Amino acid sequence: MNLSFRQIADPMHQFEVKKLIEIGPIGGLDLSFTNASFYMLLGCVLIVAFFGMAASRGKLVPSRMQSIAEIGYGFVADMIRGAAGEEGLKFFPFIFTLFFFVFFANMLGMIPYAFTTTSHLIVTGALALLVISIVLIYGFYKNGFKFLKLFAPAGAPWPIYILLVPIEVISFVARPVTLALRLFANMLAGHIMLKLFAGFAITLASLGGAYIVIAPLAFGMGIALNALEFLVAGLQAYVFAILTCVYINDALHPAH
Amino acid sequence: MMFLSLAAPAPNAEGSGGASFPPFDPSHFASQLFWLVILFGGLYIVLSRFVLPKLGGVIEKRGDTIADALDEAARLDEQAKEAKQKQEQHLAEARAKARETADKARDKVEAEIAEESRKVDEQLSARLDEAETRIRKVRAEALSNVESIATEATQAMLGRFGVKATKADAKAAVDRATKG
Repeated sequence: MNLSFRQIADPMHQFEVKKLIEIGPIGGLDLSFTNASFYMLLGCVLIVAFFGMAASRGKLVPSRMQSIAEIGYGFVADMIRGAAGEEGLKFFPFIFTLFFFVFFANMLGMIPYAFTTTSHLIVTGALALLVISIVLIYGFYKNGFKFLKLFAPAGAPWPIYILLVPIEVISFVARPVTLALRLFANMLAGHIMLKLFAGFAITLASLGGAYIVIAPLAFGMGIALNALEFLVAGLQAYVFAILTCVYINDALHPAH
Repeated sequence: MMFLSLAAPAPNAEGSGGASFPPFDPSHFASQLFWLVILFGGLYIVLSRFVLPKLGGVIEKRGDTIADALDEAARLDEQAKEAKQKQEQHLAEARAKARETADKARDKVEAEIAEESRKVDEQLSARLDEAETRIRKVRAEALSNVESIATEATQAMLGRFGVKATKADAKAAVDRATKG
């Protein structure tokens, strides 16, 4: 890779989408296979390979890999049970897919030069809309109009509802927005910080003189941020999944 | 967004895309959404149809196996407890039998001892009787001797006084005096 100095210093360069295979435009839409699509595909392939291998071996006494896969399975199942109860397990495949899709996307993004698919609002926004659509459709399908009780919690004196219902509606509408923004902003900001500190270290070192003394500090900061970003990558996947569970719980039991 | 302002002044080296903030560049939204739908959907189908049921099955099977093993262990434990109880019962029976045998033996020995001592007592009392009889005889003999001595002494004393007395008279007098 022949990167110019400006490209190294530009913290936004890592988020640029580049076409790898041009497809389309089909119906006026450019459906090219890009570096973003590649890392998305890589994540999916790794998930299927990892869990598929563990499932196909299926030993009674698990190997290490199978054990890790089963821990992942149990982790997601426990998360759903904790947030949405036994009924929530109906959505187990969806939440499992969602959690590991985001988790692998975040983790693959930690590899230098890799593209972080979850650092694009269009991706996290689509996932958040999918989640909230499922909540709405399943909520009305299961509870009918009783689902609207979600916006009017029982037990308050009636004048309060004038205030309460709009607040509940706004908080519900805010859910997909915050869900999408939280993941997107965390991944974006984290990767910008990493790039800035790493680029800063190189810039300082290349300036020479007294700046060389400060360069290791910036480099050390970059290392510390790297560790923090791994934590954030795992945590944000978890937060995305657990909030999905909480929202699905509302669809299952709207009168809270 | 401080990063936006940081990034904005930097001229785009490649000049492609045009937008200075790639995540908000709408030119690739269609491609992003298209591949997201295909890949996420594909992943969901593969996981929910093939991978997760199998993985869940493996976990369930293990749980069943463990439960079965625990049941079997409980059954064996029950058996062991039963066997232990039976053994204890046997032991108690054997102990009782042993005690009975010992008691019988002791009773027999005691009976023998009693019999023996009774025999010895009998013998002793027989000999005692015999001895008593002899003592009585000797005493009677002695007493009769005393009588004859007294008769003789009476005859002699009377002789000294010059009275002639027959032996029979003296005896009669002695008898009178002693039995008087």
